[in-house]
Amino acid sequence: MPAKRITVIVNGEPHAASVEPRLTLVDFLRDVLDLTGTHVGCEHGVCGACSVLFDDLPIRSCLMFAVQADGHRVSTVEGLTEPGGGLSLIQDCFWETHSLQCGYCTPGMLIAAHALLRRNPDPSRQEIRKAISGNLCRCTGYGQIVEAIELAADRLNQRTPSPERDGHDR
Amino acid sequence: MKAAAFDYVRPATLREACGYLADGDGEARIIAGGQSLVPLMAMRLVRPRLLVDINDVAELTGIARDGSEVVVGAATRQADAGRSGIVVDDVPLLALALPFVGHDQTRNRGTVGGSLAHADPSAEIGLVAAALGATMTASDGETDRRIDAADFFQAPMTTTLEPGECLTAVRFPVWPGAGRVGAGFQEVSARDSDFAIVAAAAQLALDRDGVCRRAAVAVANAAPTPVRLLRIEEALIGQRPDNENIERLLPLMDEAIEPSTDLHAGADARRHMARSLTLRAILQAAANAAREP
Ligand SMILES: Cc1cc2nc3c(=O)[nH]c(=O)nc-3n(C[C@@H](O)[C@H](O)[C@H](O)COP(=O)(O)OP(=O)(O)OC[C@H]3O[C@@H](n4cnc5c(N)ncnc54)[C@H](O)[C@@H]3O)c2cc1C
Ligand code: FES
Ligand code: FES
Repeated sequence: MPAKRITVIVNGEPHAASVEPRLTLVDFLRDVLDLTGTHVGCEHGVCGACSVLFDDLPIRSCLMFAVQADGHRVSTVEGLTEPGGGLSLIQDCFWETHSLQCGYCTPGMLIAAHALLRRNPDPSRQEIRKAISGNLCRCTGYGQIVEAIELAADRLNQRTPSPERDGHDR
Repeated sequence: MKAAAFDYVRPATLREACGYLADGDGEARIIAGGQSLVPLMAMRLVRPRLLVDINDVAELTGIARDGSEVVVGAATRQADAGRSGIVVDDVPLLALALPFVGHDQTRNRGTVGGSLAHADPSAEIGLVAAALGATMTASDGETDRRIDAADFFQAPMTTTLEPGECLTAVRFPVWPGAGRVGAGFQEVSARDSDFAIVAAAAQLALDRDGVCRRAAVAVANAAPTPVRLLRIEEALIGQRPDNENIERLLPLMDEAIEPSTDLHAGADARRHMARSLTLRAILQAAANAAREP
């Protein structure tokens, strides 16, 4: 099948490429743009590992073809970090509460958490559970992930002060 | 899991989209949200030669009140429908059902029309369309037609849409002047927001004395298509929908449903769920109606 020319704005930068229509968005991000932070687990929409923001909303990037993203904005987990390369507030909270073991689900969880807190800066525990209901984790049992998002909400609402950065490489 | 090769077009008008479908000779397929189609393509259960993406067809998107109906464009995202004030005010049953349809990530892409066209017997949107007796509108680019929900769903994953036809909208009836209207939606699923093992939907209108004047009741995944429980609806009219009265009516659903056995539940368990979820949905609808001014 003929390749299509597309331009997708990924983490703020326009990327032009020529893609086969059947190339999924997640394969485009990982294999063409070399942005391997977004993980791919099931390739058919059930695990949530491939979650990205598409025009600012969380979606599954294995359930879209890259051609469909032509002219749109995509943010991946790489786009969540702070300009200097440090961890975002939410990522810091995941680190602090031991919200990852193997880390496979983590990029998707971070995208889901980020999208939730932007829409609802002070979610209840139930709302947090609902927001990550589409993301599977086979390691943590979810408890620490919910805790991380609660901690992030606390810090965003300045109920719990963020710790001083200690200069260690996180 | 990678889809077989296909060609791709993204037309801007319904006419153009239907033109591609007609030229595709049965091998062209509409992609709306892709949340059901892409997994089928990844597993190569479906291998279209041409994908006609309707996401840029503006005339297929939007929600509006039109007389005594609310019209939801087929390509309207499930997330947008769930947030719509028109839906919340005028089709409360749809507003209650939408949060059960998948997850945030799937609702941000998945469309109302895609769910109806896909016709999964567990689908919540199809259940609401069946319960309220919604009307589908479809077009082949030349002629438009209307299809009642009762005639639309034929079998699991099968509707009366023709291969060259595009579902354009679904029209949900509004119940103005019917009294105090309330809705109830209940479902059992393996995980939060997962597919329904069984689901039940009810919308009631109560008069000042709490007597039921109008009723819509249906169940999903208790038969190959969503089933409207007409005998229960009729029997509810003139009754006060309390626990005892409703329980008495529940056996009326037995001849309308055909529960089957699969990995998630046996037929008997499904029958039991259909009864208890219907009871709860009607009670929830009555409680919500009683709260209306
Ligand atoms: C993890 C996950 C969980 C889910 N959970 C649920 C759930 O709990 N309940 C539920 O109901 N669904 C669920 N779904 C499916 C739901 O998300 C889909 O959105 C919906 O079934 C299909 O809508 P779509 O817009 O994505 O359609 P697509 O996948 O694009 O299309 C589905 C089918 O409909 C056809 N089609 C689409 N639009 C039209 C049109 N306008 N005219 C004619 N034909 C058309 C396509 O050709 C295709 O055959 C889930 C999906 C996933 C991935
Ligand atoms: S890889 Fe996309 S949902 Fe699993
Ligand atoms: S940390 Fe291993 S899957 Fe979540």
